Amino acid sequence: MKHAKTATQNACKLCNPLGACLAFRGIENCVPFLHGSQGCATYIRRYLISHYKEPIDIASSNFHEETAVFGGSHNLKIGLKNVSKQYQPEVIGIATTCLSETIGDDVPMIIREYKQEFKNGSPMPIMIHASTPSYMGSHIDGFHAAVRATVKTLAEQGTRENLINIFPNMVSPADIRYLKEILEDFKVPYMLLPDYSQTMDGGPWGEYHRIPPGGTPASAIAMAGSARASIEFGSTLEASKSAAGYLEEAFDVPRYHMALPIGIKESDNFFTLLESLTQKERPEKYNDERRRLVDAYADGHKYVFEQKVIIYGEEDLVVGMTAFLSEIGITPVLCASGGKSGFLKTSIQELIPDMEELGIKVREGVDFVDIEDEAKILKPDFLIGNSKGYTMSRKNNIPLLRLGFPIHDRFGGQRMHHLGYRGTQELFDRIVNTVIEQRQNASSIGYTYM
Amino acid sequence: MEQITILEGREKHVFEKKTGAEQLDISCDTSSLSGSVSQRACVFCGSRVVLYPVADAIHLVHGPIGCAAYTWDIRGAVSSGPELHRLSFSTDLQEMDVIYGGEKKLYHSLIELIEQYKPKAAFIYSTCIVGLIGDDIEAVCRKVANETGIPVLPVHSEGFKGTKKDGYKAACHALMKLIGTGSTEDISKYSINILGEFNLAGEAWIIRKYYEKMGIEVVSTLTGDGRIDAVKRAHGASLNVVQCSGSMTWLAKEMEEKYGIPYIRVSYFGIEDMSKSLYDVAKHFPERPDIMEAAKQVVSEEVKELYPSLQKFKKALTGKKAAIYVGGAFKTFSLIKALRSIGMSVVLAGSQTGNKDDYARLKEMCDEGTVIVDDSNPVELSKFILEKEADLLIGGVKERPIAFKLGIGFCDHNHERKIPLAGFVGMYNFALEVYQSVMSPVWQFAPRKGVKV
Repeated sequence: MKHAKTATQNACKLCNPLGACLAFRGIENCVPFLHGSQGCATYIRRYLISHYKEPIDIASSNFHEETAVFGGSHNLKIGLKNVSKQYQPEVIGIATTCLSETIGDDVPMIIREYKQEFKNGSPMPIMIHASTPSYMGSHIDGFHAAVRATVKTLAEQGTRENLINIFPNMVSPADIRYLKEILEDFKVPYMLLPDYSQTMDGGPWGEYHRIPPGGTPASAIAMAGSARASIEFGSTLEASKSAAGYLEEAFDVPRYHMALPIGIKESDNFFTLLESLTQKERPEKYNDERRRLVDAYADGHKYVFEQKVIIYGEEDLVVGMTAFLSEIGITPVLCASGGKSGFLKTSIQELIPDMEELGIKVREGVDFVDIEDEAKILKPDFLIGNSKGYTMSRKNNIPLLRLGFPIHDRFGGQRMHHLGYRGTQELFDRIVNTVIEQRQNASSIGYTYM
Repeated sequence: MEQITILEGREKHVFEKKTGAEQLDISCDTSSLSGSVSQRACVFCGSRVVLYPVADAIHLVHGPIGCAAYTWDIRGAVSSGPELHRLSFSTDLQEMDVIYGGEKKLYHSLIELIEQYKPKAAFIYSTCIVGLIGDDIEAVCRKVANETGIPVLPVHSEGFKGTKKDGYKAACHALMKLIGTGSTEDISKYSINILGEFNLAGEAWIIRKYYEKMGIEVVSTLTGDGRIDAVKRAHGASLNVVQCSGSMTWLAKEMEEKYGIPYIRVSYFGIEDMSKSLYDVAKHFPERPDIMEAAKQVVSEEVKELYPSLQKFKKALTGKKAAIYVGGAFKTFSLIKALRSIGMSVVLAGSQTGNKDDYARLKEMCDEGTVIVDDSNPVELSKFILEKEADLLIGGVKERPIAFKLGIGFCDHNHERKIPLAGFVGMYNFALEVYQSVMSPVWQFAPRKGVKV
């Protein structure tokens, strides 16, 4: 069958503003606000809710026809006023959409005007603006744009503090909690952004919260300019687009940039970096975690060796996973992403110099139909990625191991670990079990020991 | 607990029934207030939900990737055959397309997709940005239709050009172009179209079976388990039976004007309304008393089986209180009745898109103290759920986490449900779902019960 290539079919990416909304959700007392049509906010809320199972209020400036013709200034101002009144936020995170970007609204100017027009002596919310046109990049770009804009708005110059900034990328609430635990165990002051570990995975409410508790306080983000260093996860993330890049540029805070720490080698790199920055040895607990992981690798190695997988998702997740898979003897026959940074292949090559010989193929800017076409040729043993691969998984009878975002057809995606020894352990257990389950199901005997 | 106030500009969208004589003064049918976190979507969403179940057409979203990505396989609308509706197609417009126009990309996308999937028709949805850059979608659609020989229908669903209701209308407009182009030969005089039934979890099949048992021919279902050929001959039916009045009344009116087909409004939720929707169709054919007899037979058989099975739920649920917030107001009427039949009262009722008449009727139906809301938001919904001590919220995905955070039961009555709630069997499923959620022991740990967390 000849396959259409002009249209995107079953996209392996989402739009820019979604990432921004999630990132803004990681600031304490912050309401994400989309400057555009009502539908964008509603669709994105629905999409995030189906993964995180948490209420997520995203305000919208709710464009009408006149707004599109005469500009969004009036609507944005009314919207900011209403959000300020109803939510009493400390921060409003404003992201643009294709609509407001195309008509050319000057959001920073509108914000300045708003501050002038509506000042009444009482403190006004801090307004952060990220430019996130949906016709450029994908959700991950919106995520980083919002984190960078946040730091740009809030970070201040100060005397050098014994503080470490950490920008973990778009990881799960469970991953964020684990990173915080590590930094607390190192007894080092830190500023982690964005921290949606509680806002997107919190407890029940006895009373209504306009904004759920949790998130990085604006006052903590202000300190980012005086930190000793920034650690930033994400191999494909350029300094010019990142928060740590900005802090280095504006305040000389050194940027330590690395892959998502998945697998033993990358986790080791992360802990070694923490040790060197803090001049402290890692707590014994993490050596224990590492030892258990090495032990598990030994116990499970035969199940996974030379298994072929296709891994897809955000580019940085794909890079991190590829490093991990190759260290346990799994061949990622295709590393695919709907994102298109231009750095996917070089980032993988940096971690796995012999990738070509190992038969690792890399494709960026693809959709699920492209991936499916590849799968028919590459015949992977299973797929690794978010829920959206299920359609092709079912159609082609290839098992799918779910991770990342979104997990819309399984329970607990927000509590899934991916990072560090703990996350790797969890992933390794799940991968081995995927193989075992497959063999057990395919067996005519039905062994009860595998 | 902190006091939650209603936003200025929103007060008129909220009404509390205090005395029966009080004048209903509710503002509705307006666009949402900027910054108020409406639960509504946009024009595109309205069009997309109406046309989505047409399973042998391709649905191409002309715009940046988000609009297509967020509506990929979004509804539980099932098909008995082709499943093209479950794929997501987008022109995925990039910056250069925005600058130089997206017509070429649209054209090539269409030609390639039609060649690959051989659909019976194609629907092309305009999104916000297309409305700005001025692509001549009509011209591209005409060209592609000429070259491929299938109907290629533009849907003018630019997100910002109105509300979800305008999207319904744009979708109906596209359907109107198809209706009347097929042969009506062999269609019985005793025939109907089922409008506004989207075959979520196979509901249209359930309803269709009832009508067929009565000796009625169902010409086409718009748009559940939809097929282009069936839509084309819809003008051959004698009566349009309209559910989800918000989305399809416009189409029914157009068909009445153009083809002289009368329409009735029905609902398939709850015993009372389900039965009435069969009787009302039978009444339309008075010269055939056997149809009414058959309708009575269907109802009596179904109710005989259903009624006893509901008693367990009624016993457990009597005295419990529900809050309803759904898309269309018409559904709330049925839900109030359905809930009463299992012993529950309604303390909050609202919709995204109701009109004055809807709310007046809602007021008539509701008990004293019930709050009625139009185009509400999470803050308001939570406020009333807590103040009125509701035990259950009925809504869609966006409302679900509000219920669960506040520690009350939830029933999904929206597009994503996987269990049929329509028809007599649907009433059983509804009661079961409400029962399973409200009576779950997990709520003993919810802080609203005074438990420390």
